[in-house]
Amino acid sequence: MSLKNKLHILKRKYRSSKMAPAFNALHTFLYLPDETTHGGTHIKAADDLKRTMNTVIMAMVPCLIFGMFNAGYQHNIAFGEIQAVTAGFFSPEFWTLDNFLIGFWKILPLVIVSYGVGLGIEFLFAIIKKHEVEEGYLVTGMLVPLIVPVDIPLWMLAVAVAFGVVIGKEVFGGTGMNILNPALTIRAFLFFAYPTWMSGDKVWVEGAVKRTQEIAAGANLDAISGETILGSLAQGKAAGYSVMDMFLGFIPGSVGETSTLLILLGGLFLVFAKIGSWRIMLSSVLGAIVMGLIFNQVVASGWITESSKFYGLMSTTWWHHLLIGGFAFGTVFMATDPVTASQTNKGKWIYGFLVGFISIMIRVFNPAYPEGVMLAILLMNVFAPTIDHYVVQGNVKKRKKRLKVKTA
Amino acid sequence: MSNDIRIKKGLDIKLKGEAEQSLEKATVSNFYTLRPEDFHGVIPKLISKVGTKVKAGEPVFYDKSNEAVKFVSPVSGEILEITRGEKRKILAIKIQADKEQTYQDNGVFNVDSETPEATKNHLLASGCWPFIKQRPYDVIANPDKSPKAIFISGYASAPLAADYDFTLKGKEAELQAAVTALGKLTEGKVHVSIGKASTDSPLAGLTGVTLHKVSGPHPSGNVGTQINKIDPVNKGEVVWTVSPQDLVIIGELLLTGKFNAERIVALVGSLVEKPRYFVTKLGSEVATMIYDKGLAEGAHARIISGNVLSGKRVRPDGYLDYYSNVISILPEGDDYELFGWNKPVFNKISTSRALTFSWLNPNKEYDLNTNTNGEHRAFVTTGTYEEVFPLDIYPMQILKACMYKDLDEMEALGMYEVAPEDFALTEFVCVSKQPHQKIIREGLDLMLKEIG
Repeated sequence: MSLKNKLHILKRKYRSSKMAPAFNALHTFLYLPDETTHGGTHIKAADDLKRTMNTVIMAMVPCLIFGMFNAGYQHNIAFGEIQAVTAGFFSPEFWTLDNFLIGFWKILPLVIVSYGVGLGIEFLFAIIKKHEVEEGYLVTGMLVPLIVPVDIPLWMLAVAVAFGVVIGKEVFGGTGMNILNPALTIRAFLFFAYPTWMSGDKVWVEGAVKRTQEIAAGANLDAISGETILGSLAQGKAAGYSVMDMFLGFIPGSVGETSTLLILLGGLFLVFAKIGSWRIMLSSVLGAIVMGLIFNQVVASGWITESSKFYGLMSTTWWHHLLIGGFAFGTVFMATDPVTASQTNKGKWIYGFLVGFISIMIRVFNPAYPEGVMLAILLMNVFAPTIDHYVVQGNVKKRKKRLKVKTA
Repeated sequence: MSNDIRIKKGLDIKLKGEAEQSLEKATVSNFYTLRPEDFHGVIPKLISKVGTKVKAGEPVFYDKSNEAVKFVSPVSGEILEITRGEKRKILAIKIQADKEQTYQDNGVFNVDSETPEATKNHLLASGCWPFIKQRPYDVIANPDKSPKAIFISGYASAPLAADYDFTLKGKEAELQAAVTALGKLTEGKVHVSIGKASTDSPLAGLTGVTLHKVSGPHPSGNVGTQINKIDPVNKGEVVWTVSPQDLVIIGELLLTGKFNAERIVALVGSLVEKPRYFVTKLGSEVATMIYDKGLAEGAHARIISGNVLSGKRVRPDGYLDYYSNVISILPEGDDYELFGWNKPVFNKISTSRALTFSWLNPNKEYDLNTNTNGEHRAFVTTGTYEEVFPLDIYPMQILKACMYKDLDEMEALGMYEVAPEDFALTEFVCVSKQPHQKIIREGLDLMLKEIG
């Protein structure tokens, strides 16, 4: 008897039991179900939610792999093991097995904890609430390891994931009903609960925190610093990296956010696949550019001077803002989350623009924690329904006006 | 006068098994049924009992809430059986046809000289009224309310639809009589649409109508799309819609006095050996058409009375729907597919490009089955419906309003303008596999009940 038939018999067996959602969730990963249409259209298009989510994950895989290499690379650079890259994207110093393995063993646990805890909770809720396991967490689970510092302790991540999935999503009714992006809810939880692990100049480089602890314990070692570009700029220092390094991603930062090039490619893939909203991505970039230009103008007009604590970031050339920090990653993979973004096409333009605009604004005005993408997206998630409301009201008004013209 | 309507948003679903333009006389059906479920919202009150002899065109039941609306027998014969369901709800009235057909004579009706009132009464009494549907609510027209306009779509854009230019050929006189009669019942216009590419549409030469030429992908041929583009329904207004094939029956009744339930039906679908057209009658057994050079005996197939997007599933011993002019046969898709959710897909239609490759080959004809290609989920993706939905309405928002039953919001978002079939394409492309047409139908029923 084939595997297909065996599983079919098992599925029947589980059908009315409590474990049915859990079984079905696993079963549907192997086989597209044998379900046929009943009522309504007799045929259906090829896409389902799994395929949609899978496409987003595929777009993120290059960022994940690059992140693994980069974690090892940043570690080895900081510990003085290797020289900085010189030969562009394919520099041999970067793509070494040593770099990869350091990152792999550091990041794989993050992925496992993220999926393990998150999917565990999803399964639990599906069983309790007797509905099928929805695929929303597949993307969230991949996003989470990409937006945290590499040295984050696993237990913190586990707590944050549990908080984010339960409070950020399940209390609203699960996938499709949440107001805030679950991955960013998880990150925001980490940020506010464990701020020392989410910012500063240690957490971005594998081993730096441990080294600091060793020094504190009396070891005679050099301290390791792995400041992000935003961190340096916020303190009025030079960025310390070339623009090309920023674009290609050979810089410290959260695991998956550093390579603007790969994020750009992922974004183009999503737009081509018609899964990601090009409206949001484009308008968000426009918003960031406008804000960046405004700040540059403020500096150019001499309204603030070098003594200001905002000078470093305000004077950053406007288009550099697109390359540093989490802006690109947030724009492509997080602002576009269809559930929490604006849902009307017109609304997407407004929403995206404000995400970009506010990202750079918070980034510049928040030198203690010089990044604004997360907060900007969460803020706009909250306002997205309002934006949609007014867009839809436009349509409603048109209808009412039509009626008035008739009766007048 | 002719006006062009160009639709940009939509999707042409090209399937295998389009009917070739050859006409056959279907085997004469021994039994015919009338199913009240075909007439949405009608509560039938029987006039005849089991054993009653009826002539073709003789009323069998009427609408409880509107006694003037009569439903007549398509053939002469004897009422054999009345099937009832829960709470004695009438499911089907089965009629055994006579060998020699006799017709009730309604008299020749002079459409040009009669008054609107007389015209209306004649249509009601002769059983032609159920062919006239209304928006809002997509139900049989309420004869007490005068419509602001009447819409007739002579362009079929649905997948594997019957070609009106072919099925209406030679029926110009009947069509003209019917539109003249209908034109008396409205103060507004009678809007008739034909395909832009059509060269020999029998509807093109009608007088007393406003002609529109339609182009663009499905749902450009849906009457709902055309209403939205020509003269959308506002609150308090009513428009009527009639299918062209039903105009033929109305026209013949006016001209000859006979209710001739004859209709040309297309037999289509990938499982049909020779897809073609049949002359048959309303309510006849589908078995009289589907097996001869059609469906292989014992094939695992779904038989649909109507098109593949909005039609009704019927059993092999079932009957032709009162409003359908196509019988579609698709392979059932009740099988698993290994890694069907992530592997590249070449043999199914998709509007995305998420490892789905139907965009490479826009003219390919597909052999789709009835598999849902995924499980039912909450609404997640946005923007996909808008791509195939040409009406000036927010599709996801109105669907959600129907689901949480907010009557004010449904009204504000345009519920008076829509019918379930307008949401067939959004349902087809829906990633979350939500039953859009059902949601809209239930929403309309709720509004009809609460607002009326």
